[in-house]
Amino acid sequence: MRLSLTALRKQECAGVGKAAAACESRGGSGRLQLTAVVQFESVGLRYGTGAEVLRDLDFSLSHGGFYFLTGASGAGKTSLLKLLYLAQRPTRGRIRLFGEDLSDAPRAILPDFRRRIGVVFQDFRLVRHLSAYDNVALPLRIAGRDEAEIDSAVREMLEWVGLGDRSGARPATLSGGEQQRVAIARAVITQPDLLVADEPTGNVDAEMARRLLHLFSALNELGTTVVVATHDFGLIAGNPGAELMRLDSGGLVDPTGSLKNPPRLDKVDSRA
Amino acid sequence: MILDRIWAPGPEARLLPAEKLHGPTVAVTAIMTFAMIIVAAAGLALANAASSVAGSTQSKYVVQLPAAAAGELPALVSAAKSIAGVRSVSPVPQEEMRRTLEHWLGDAASSPDLPIPAMATIELAPRADASAIASELRKRVPQASVSAESAELGPLLGLLRALQWLAVSLVILMASATAAAVVLAARGALDTHRSTVEIMHGIGATDSQVVRLFERKIAVDAIAGALAGSLGAAAALLFLAGGIAAAVGGLTSAPLDLLDVAILILIPIAAVIIAVAVAHRTLLGALRAAL
Repeated sequence: MRLSLTALRKQECAGVGKAAAACESRGGSGRLQLTAVVQFESVGLRYGTGAEVLRDLDFSLSHGGFYFLTGASGAGKTSLLKLLYLAQRPTRGRIRLFGEDLSDAPRAILPDFRRRIGVVFQDFRLVRHLSAYDNVALPLRIAGRDEAEIDSAVREMLEWVGLGDRSGARPATLSGGEQQRVAIARAVITQPDLLVADEPTGNVDAEMARRLLHLFSALNELGTTVVVATHDFGLIAGNPGAELMRLDSGGLVDPTGSLKNPPRLDKVDSRA
Repeated sequence: MILDRIWAPGPEARLLPAEKLHGPTVAVTAIMTFAMIIVAAAGLALANAASSVAGSTQSKYVVQLPAAAAGELPALVSAAKSIAGVRSVSPVPQEEMRRTLEHWLGDAASSPDLPIPAMATIELAPRADASAIASELRKRVPQASVSAESAELGPLLGLLRALQWLAVSLVILMASATAAAVVLAARGALDTHRSTVEIMHGIGATDSQVVRLFERKIAVDAIAGALAGSLGAAAALLFLAGGIAAAVGGLTSAPLDLLDVAILILIPIAAVIIAVAVAHRTLLGALRAAL
């Protein structure tokens, strides 16, 4: 899997524009120089006329960083993730993604940014009338990749998440864990610049959780910024290099300072 | 343009579930196309009848002499024939005048005491000056009064033209109703598949990519409806044409010519184009409401 992902990344580096520029920012060892992929400045979010569900969020996420987002149920994790994957606009403050201020950007430009983000939804959000294969292929088809490239990538990804023999199955015939693996495969198939996962291991066994974490780590090694919202401390413990963000009542908190929360700005080059 | 919106590669076509043709678009388009073609055919037939009547009376005039001067009819005929621009003169026989009056007066029309005016119809050459000829005729036979046949038929022609415009208005109204049904169908389809749309948007699909999926389904439905409506209307028109031919034999020309048939063929095509265009606009508008 890693070889294949690397090969695809090399193809990207052979291109032009943003992809090539991103590749140039990596050091000779393949380790990425840290640049801000996400910047939140005084961000607040409320739904309708209700109270703010997120308030005064100020943080940056580095290019190639790995972050765990924790917090009690109702703390605002899913709302924060929605802001990250551009499903919601902030009601105040500024959000910059990949160097662009998207707080009130015209919606016509958002698809280009969304294609750089992989999302694992808590409720999977698979297209129910499509097979596992077609669900995983969806982001590549939307991006206009050719079918030969799509076929090999999708088959390899399904094999990797252990669903090679279920490629023709529709979501309704898959177990919760299998649906989750399809959702994860769909999120990472494009090797996004930013991967956002909401409780990605909630429905899988320990072995699959370990493999998924390995996949996220492999993507992260290749430069993908990973944000995982989770209550699974086993998952957090399995990635000791990751940084933690803890939400409490809509705000980022760090009562002990030991969580490096918000992520330390000295690791972030804000010129990105 | 339409073909481009109907055709899609297999994977893209699978993004919305394959369903049998159903829903309001097929039925409404079929009914409206049927009605539009029938009404348009009636309007075109009326237009043809009106222009035929107007054409046949355009150069014809009636010259009338009062009963007291009926004896001057031969002199009137010879005077009219001698005027340049008069193509033919046909005196109306007294017997024919009386037969016509019998419809209203019965046997009294045969009474020698009944004063019967004398009449002749004259046909003018093309581009002849009708008023100069009428003036010359009155100079030679002062009791003669000249009137255009088209003036007599004016109210009838006006009615035919009003009916023609009524047909045009009905076609426009039915096209509007079709468009309204498509708006409802497009919004309904979007609501039904809202979760798929949200997923597609979430992973980077543009509005155009999403719209294309729905547009294709609506185009297919509209084509099926327009085809069904057209076949029904064609059958009805052929049945009516057969009835007209049996009733009047070869006495009249066909009520619709080739240009009219071409116009009727364009109606279902226009219905499909309107349906697709309205669906496109509606869907884009609805999607703009989302982020």
